[in-house]
Amino acid sequence: MKFTEEHEWLREEDGVIVVGITEHASEQLGDIVFVELPEEGTEVSKDDEVVVIESVKAASDILAPIDGEIVEVNAALVDEPGKVNDDPMGDAWFFKMKAADPSQMDDMMDEAAYKKFVG
Amino acid sequence: MSDLKRTPLFDQHVARGARMVPFAGWEMPVQYDGVMAEHQATREAAGLFDVSHMGQVILRGEGVAEAFEALVPQDIVGLAEGRQRYGFFTNDAGGIEDDLMVANRGDHLYVVVNAACVTEDVARMRAALEPRGIHVKLVETRALIALQGPGAEAALADLNADVAGMRFLDVATHALAGAECWVSRSGYTGEDGYEISVPEAAAELLVKTLLSKPGVSPVGLGARDSLRLEAGLCLYGQDIDAGTTPVEAGLVWAIQKARRAGGTREGGFPGAGRILDEIANGAVRHRVGLKPEGRAPMRTGVPLFDAETGGAQVGEVTSGTFGPTVGAPVAMGYVADASARRGTRLWGEVRGKRMAVEVSDLPFVPAGFKR
Repeated sequence: MKFTEEHEWLREEDGVIVVGITEHASEQLGDIVFVELPEEGTEVSKDDEVVVIESVKAASDILAPIDGEIVEVNAALVDEPGKVNDDPMGDAWFFKMKAADPSQMDDMMDEAAYKKFVG
Repeated sequence: MSDLKRTPLFDQHVARGARMVPFAGWEMPVQYDGVMAEHQATREAAGLFDVSHMGQVILRGEGVAEAFEALVPQDIVGLAEGRQRYGFFTNDAGGIEDDLMVANRGDHLYVVVNAACVTEDVARMRAALEPRGIHVKLVETRALIALQGPGAEAALADLNADVAGMRFLDVATHALAGAECWVSRSGYTGEDGYEISVPEAAAELLVKTLLSKPGVSPVGLGARDSLRLEAGLCLYGQDIDAGTTPVEAGLVWAIQKARRAGGTREGGFPGAGRILDEIANGAVRHRVGLKPEGRAPMRTGVPLFDAETGGAQVGEVTSGTFGPTVGAPVAMGYVADASARRGTRLWGEVRGKRMAVEVSDLPFVPAGFKR
């Protein structure tokens, strides 16, 4: 599993990259009440705003961590945004990507480095 | 956060795991367990809030009620001893400089104002009242806490049974946990409850005692905001400010007959010309409740249009969030007179997309006051 400084995690699964936010991020955001997902098939570049999440307090964007195509989104989150607080590292993934250049993940943090990053 | 002020309850907030944030020059708890849980705890049982950042002011002197009426459009002369009412300082243009609670505590008036406005408010009161022989004192040695929710009465009556006999907007001095407290049956959540001014040295014990009662949870500013929004209550600086009049804001109910046209002390407050004219002839825009039809919250600054595409901008959201009790997004804002009727469909532009929103009555959640 890889981690970004934007508090996303990336996990390779059956040739695609599954993306979600970390436990730390979900705690910082507070109760999630709204999730807006991209359309499947969208081509995105690294750092594009692809997901909007809103907590009781504020709206935040989730950025594409790498270049590629959004091949699947977790539509269940639209009806149950609170899942992001309940299981951010598991069931509450946001989207799956086909990576244009998997080497973009090489420099990302591993779990130990991310833990150090968030202190 | 070294320049920020800390309330007498700061150490307790930190010990209870609160996330502290800067707010109006103070370091305040925004949440403990989470906004949703704290919000629901207040609606279902009782929430305890530290609101010591708010300004507590004592006005004392011969003719204080008459003198204070020069600053506010409220009937202060007619405010009975032991009673409190909602009010606001107005400016010459009829705008609102701050909103407040004012109580007649016998030989003085006790005024509570917003933290962000304390300096200006005290200066305003000194300038207007001291020449009339009124002493203006900012109370800096007392904490202010609020105990809100259907369980508030039982929890507080456990400390002193007399508080159960208070009605909505009564004020009295009661001994609580060994301290002399100034208690009012009021709040900012739409629920029954109390606001309690306590000497700072006694604040920690009082809070610990209250939090030991069944059903009482600590609540931060995050849930305070969602609670007041569901209750249709204005946040100064957001829903009302120097550029909004009480009539536009739907606060005419807080201007008593004595101060209106034909009243025994008609006018005589800043902006009376504009405000009395608007009471008679209507305002051009109105603060309304707004219920987004989708799940996306519409927050402060979202422009409101009268059509899904094109059309004209007819207003703007001033406060918006997800309403945990409503179970859907809720908002309030100002819209032009023609678009202000309940049931009117408007469109708020969020992230470049127009989303439908319905003009609705306030509050979103019925009040639970003990009248």
